[in-house]
Amino acid sequence: MPDEGEMSLALPHPRPGWRDWLLAAVPRSRLQARLGASYATWLAFCGNTLALVGLAIVLLLVLTAAVSPLLGADAAFAQDLTRRLLPPSAAHWFGTDDLGRDIFARVVAGSRVTLFIIILVAVIVGPLGLVIGTVSGYAGGIVDSVLMRITDIFMAFPRLVLALALVAALKPGIENAILAIAVTTWPPYARIARAETITLRRSEFILAAQLQGASMFRILRRHIVPLCLSSVIVRLTLDMAGVILTAAGLGFLGLGAQPPIPEWGAMVASGRQFIIDQWWVATIPGIAIFLVSLGFNLLGDGLRDVLDPKRG
Amino acid sequence: MTVLDAVAEKPALGRDGRIWRRLGGLAGSVVLTFFGLTIVTFMIGRVIPIDPVVAIIGDRAPPQVYERIRHELALDRPLAVQYEIYLGKVLHGDLGTSVISARPVLEDLARVFPATLELATTATLLGVILGVPLGVFAAASQGRWIDHLVRVIGLVGYSVPVFWLGLVGLLVFYVQLGWVAGPGRLDVAFDGIAPEVTGIVLLDSLIAGEWDVFWNGVQHLMLPASLLGYLSLAYIARMTRSLMLDQLRQEYVTAARVKGASEARVIWRHALGNILVPLITVVALSYAALLEGTILTETVFAWPGIGLYITQSLFNADMNAVLGGTILIGTVFIALNLFTDMLYQLVDPRAR
Repeated sequence: MPDEGEMSLALPHPRPGWRDWLLAAVPRSRLQARLGASYATWLAFCGNTLALVGLAIVLLLVLTAAVSPLLGADAAFAQDLTRRLLPPSAAHWFGTDDLGRDIFARVVAGSRVTLFIIILVAVIVGPLGLVIGTVSGYAGGIVDSVLMRITDIFMAFPRLVLALALVAALKPGIENAILAIAVTTWPPYARIARAETITLRRSEFILAAQLQGASMFRILRRHIVPLCLSSVIVRLTLDMAGVILTAAGLGFLGLGAQPPIPEWGAMVASGRQFIIDQWWVATIPGIAIFLVSLGFNLLGDGLRDVLDPKRG
Repeated sequence: MTVLDAVAEKPALGRDGRIWRRLGGLAGSVVLTFFGLTIVTFMIGRVIPIDPVVAIIGDRAPPQVYERIRHELALDRPLAVQYEIYLGKVLHGDLGTSVISARPVLEDLARVFPATLELATTATLLGVILGVPLGVFAAASQGRWIDHLVRVIGLVGYSVPVFWLGLVGLLVFYVQLGWVAGPGRLDVAFDGIAPEVTGIVLLDSLIAGEWDVFWNGVQHLMLPASLLGYLSLAYIARMTRSLMLDQLRQEYVTAARVKGASEARVIWRHALGNILVPLITVVALSYAALLEGTILTETVFAWPGIGLYITQSLFNADMNAVLGGTILIGTVFIALNLFTDMLYQLVDPRAR
């Protein structure tokens, strides 16, 4: 499918413009080649409607989080017991909860919490997996065996249960929930990075770097890690949906973000007792969770097709 | 649902070496993983901010008593020794005593586990019965509406928060439509009629011949099992589809078609026959994921299984019970992994 898109775009344009410059068959400079390659990837990505929908949802999440004060997120903590459990209306788009707080404001404010969780998990898990995987794959031998055994052990664990036990031991809270999710999420990244490193380890450009006297650290940082990045990023995007669901699940059980933080999972839990008569209190935050994790799934699928076709 | 890609990531099995050696290696890795599991639960048990001595004798006991209890619990010994003692106890099935029920944790687990087993097994059965044919049809008509349907089912299944789905399910099918019974395993009126043999309500009521109890149990089971079954279906259908697509590209399929085999025979006999082994792995992984998924579902449906047991123990700071439950689920995970690995070794000649 991507091929067709590129074919039609390679046809001569009436007026030469930046597009032709980007897609030039013979780029004049490195910058042009690099930008051109990115542009071709982008075009292939645009051919996938569902992936674009995913991108739109994720961008919406980021945008909402960025401008949440403008959308009235400050009202997320404002209690008004005279206005509790009101149905959705013009004044309260999503209604109000049992403490009279505006649910729309809380959902908007919750986007920051969700973004905070996934960014932190990604920032912990990606580098950790990259370091363990590349060192393991590059060093080989006993280092590899030991590191991979540990990875396998962590991979064989039931993740949610382990995260649950960990959070319970450390004290419920958003930081510990993030830590618990990170501890149970890193192993696949180490495996991916290791697999990529092993295919690269014996290649000639690495040999050349070794002959120039580059240290292991330098080779890993400058030559191997950059080449492992795309697989890790694809996997991160696909995993973000799972991370959101786990975080929301922990929040639902009361082990994640603590009140009054407007975390979506905890909001569903607080609306649970009113589900029969005031359906909106529990239902609407759940829809937010569903949409955001759907967005990441769609985006991840699309990215995988474009960046990592051999796995698709 | 992070187990999803685990099939693809299973370490590739080498082709050399004798089968017994490989099975021996498997046993070794299982033992190692179990050690890892107990080390982690042991560490979690050590980092809790509750002094286990104070938890037993209270904070007003005289120092001599405190020291004696501390010694009896071996808390004054090195960590390695403490772990050794802990491991010995776990291997003998001693998971400690639950603070809440004042019974051994193992007994509690034996009491609640059948409920989880009933739920997860029914869900997986639903997932297999519906998911495999859906996946096969999707692969056979790639790009047509059924293929898109399977894609949508999969996407929704991977994205939906299961606890929310449970609540909405209760709201729609129990409160609004009244098609199913509410939370719990049985109505109070039916509780305790059928004598407990297996701990699985449907089987027990069948053994006792109590049809009313059986029917009531089905009504209670229907909704949670369908929701979990949907998640299982989403995963199984998607994996079946991609496994089938791999097969349908192969030359033997073309050969079978050229020989004049009907399309149904090519798909259901030749191609499906060749994916059975990886398919069983998929089912086993989905079963393992469901055992975990029950934690949230059981909380929503007040289903008295291991998930509800763990979460309730969490809130009562009953760490023995939490860690015991973690070890049980972890062991089942390891056993399922071992089962699928052995299956590859024994059934699929290519893996030898």
